[in-house]
Amino acid sequence: MPRWLRWLIALLCVGVIGAAIYLPILRRRMKLAAKLQQQSAEQARRELTQPVPVNPADARVKATLFWASPNGDFSLAPTVAELPLSNDPVLRSKQVLNTLLAGPVDVERRTLPPDAALLAFYILPNGTAVADFSEALATAIPSGIQSEQLAVDSIARTLEANVPQVQRLKILIHGQEVETLAGHLDLTGTFQVNTRGTAPAAGSAPPPTTAAPASAGATPAASTPSPPAVAPSTSVPAPTSVAPAPTKPAGTDKPMPDSTRPAPAPAKPSSPAAPQATPTKPGNF
Amino acid sequence: MALYAAPALFALTGFAFSFQAPVASQAPASAASPASSSAVLPAQNPALQAPLASRSGLNIVVLDPAHGGTDTGARGTGGIRESEIVLDFSAQVKRALEGQGFQVLLTRQGNDNPSFDDRSAMANAQLGAVFVTLHIASTGLPGTVRVYVNSDLPSNSDPSGLISWDRAQMPFQSLSRKLADTVQGLLAQKFKGSPNNAQTAAIRQLRTTAAPAIAVEISSVVVDDRADLDRMAPGVADAIATGVAMFKPSFVVPVISSGGTP
Repeated sequence: MPRWLRWLIALLCVGVIGAAIYLPILRRRMKLAAKLQQQSAEQARRELTQPVPVNPADARVKATLFWASPNGDFSLAPTVAELPLSNDPVLRSKQVLNTLLAGPVDVERRTLPPDAALLAFYILPNGTAVADFSEALATAIPSGIQSEQLAVDSIARTLEANVPQVQRLKILIHGQEVETLAGHLDLTGTFQVNTRGTAPAAGSAPPPTTAAPASAGATPAASTPSPPAVAPSTSVPAPTSVAPAPTKPAGTDKPMPDSTRPAPAPAKPSSPAAPQATPTKPGNF
Repeated sequence: MALYAAPALFALTGFAFSFQAPVASQAPASAASPASSSAVLPAQNPALQAPLASRSGLNIVVLDPAHGGTDTGARGTGGIRESEIVLDFSAQVKRALEGQGFQVLLTRQGNDNPSFDDRSAMANAQLGAVFVTLHIASTGLPGTVRVYVNSDLPSNSDPSGLISWDRAQMPFQSLSRKLADTVQGLLAQKFKGSPNNAQTAAIRQLRTTAAPAIAVEISSVVVDDRADLDRMAPGVADAIATGVAMFKPSFVVPVISSGGTP
């Protein structure tokens, strides 16, 4: 056999082996691309963004989460849970906000719609945190001054209690600045988060957050895609347990069934307020 | 969108503005409003001179039935729509206020939806007006009523000393608080379970209003029977009318001395 023929055969063999390895990879990529095309922009974004990594080496610390008070007076009550939280303020904020979104064991204490997701979160050098939520936050929340304020306050106070670096909060909906959350609450400005010195009081204290109008420097432009975001509720350790469940109210309103509740592994509960029978539920999501 | 005014009224509104400028603190805010929103004076407003006659007096109440049009606001499971109920409520509140001698302007008469700015502009174009926006909540103990004022806005740093349109509420915050507490106190007597003091919230509608401005939110659309809400209307109307009348002596147009004044 001439020498050149041997070389040619060897070359062809290498080519065949290379193709055998590469073609399945190419096929998988094409499938993924086709799948992504079918999904909505937001779903695709969720697919591509990395879940918030939970480092098991992170020390479990006591995190304070603000959900609706179990006594049904539409105030916020803190719940302390042990979570492995990062020391990085951005990562830590994402972790606590995802836990807040995942919700308490007691669905009636929810302050945010169950299908709302955190799409992006970052902190500007001046201490303004920018939290970008999916559209569900605006569309699925019960319209009203009280319900919208409860939602924003639960976000602001949870950040205040766990991430001291955050001074102000700007809320975006799907990357855009919106005028109101659901027709009432002003989202054009920032919400004061760190009310220096006034530690979150237990239970009944009125929400301390106030809104400030947008100042040009503190309000970023609307287009704010940022890669790390969205953790499905499974990527964060299960939400914490909660104060004893309030007695079932006397059927004054009809909460929508919430089927998507993750089953949380109870951690140390701290019950801030004694439950009482109440006529309404805070969040009828 | 909400151009109630006949074209002839353009001249009149311009007249009102020119008088307002030297006197009222609202002037900068009003000036910043688009021309269209200055034309929102309803045609039945006969006495533009009334506020000029007694400049420090409170004579006009701008009543805002929230939402409207395609925006139904809060919706109850029983088909109750916030936008419809607040319109009925505002008719009763209007009568009660007129009984106290106030002139009442409604931001909408029917099922339309003026913008936040258009609604604010109706109060901003007046001297001696207060602004009351009516809401029905999705939440809250049914049968209770809460009064809100806008959250504090940071002081103006504009070197011109003008108050910009988007924070027109700023000089009126303490007046708004006083009015809100007065009305809330009266409501708490009538509707057990309501708070005794007004609450604070970042309410978009109030932020652009250059007048003492409050939001009244009634709980809630979740009642099965609309009659449960309708029964509250006379009590709410009476509390608002009495509250505004009690507030009237303390109304003065605030003098603006912004931090940026040279």
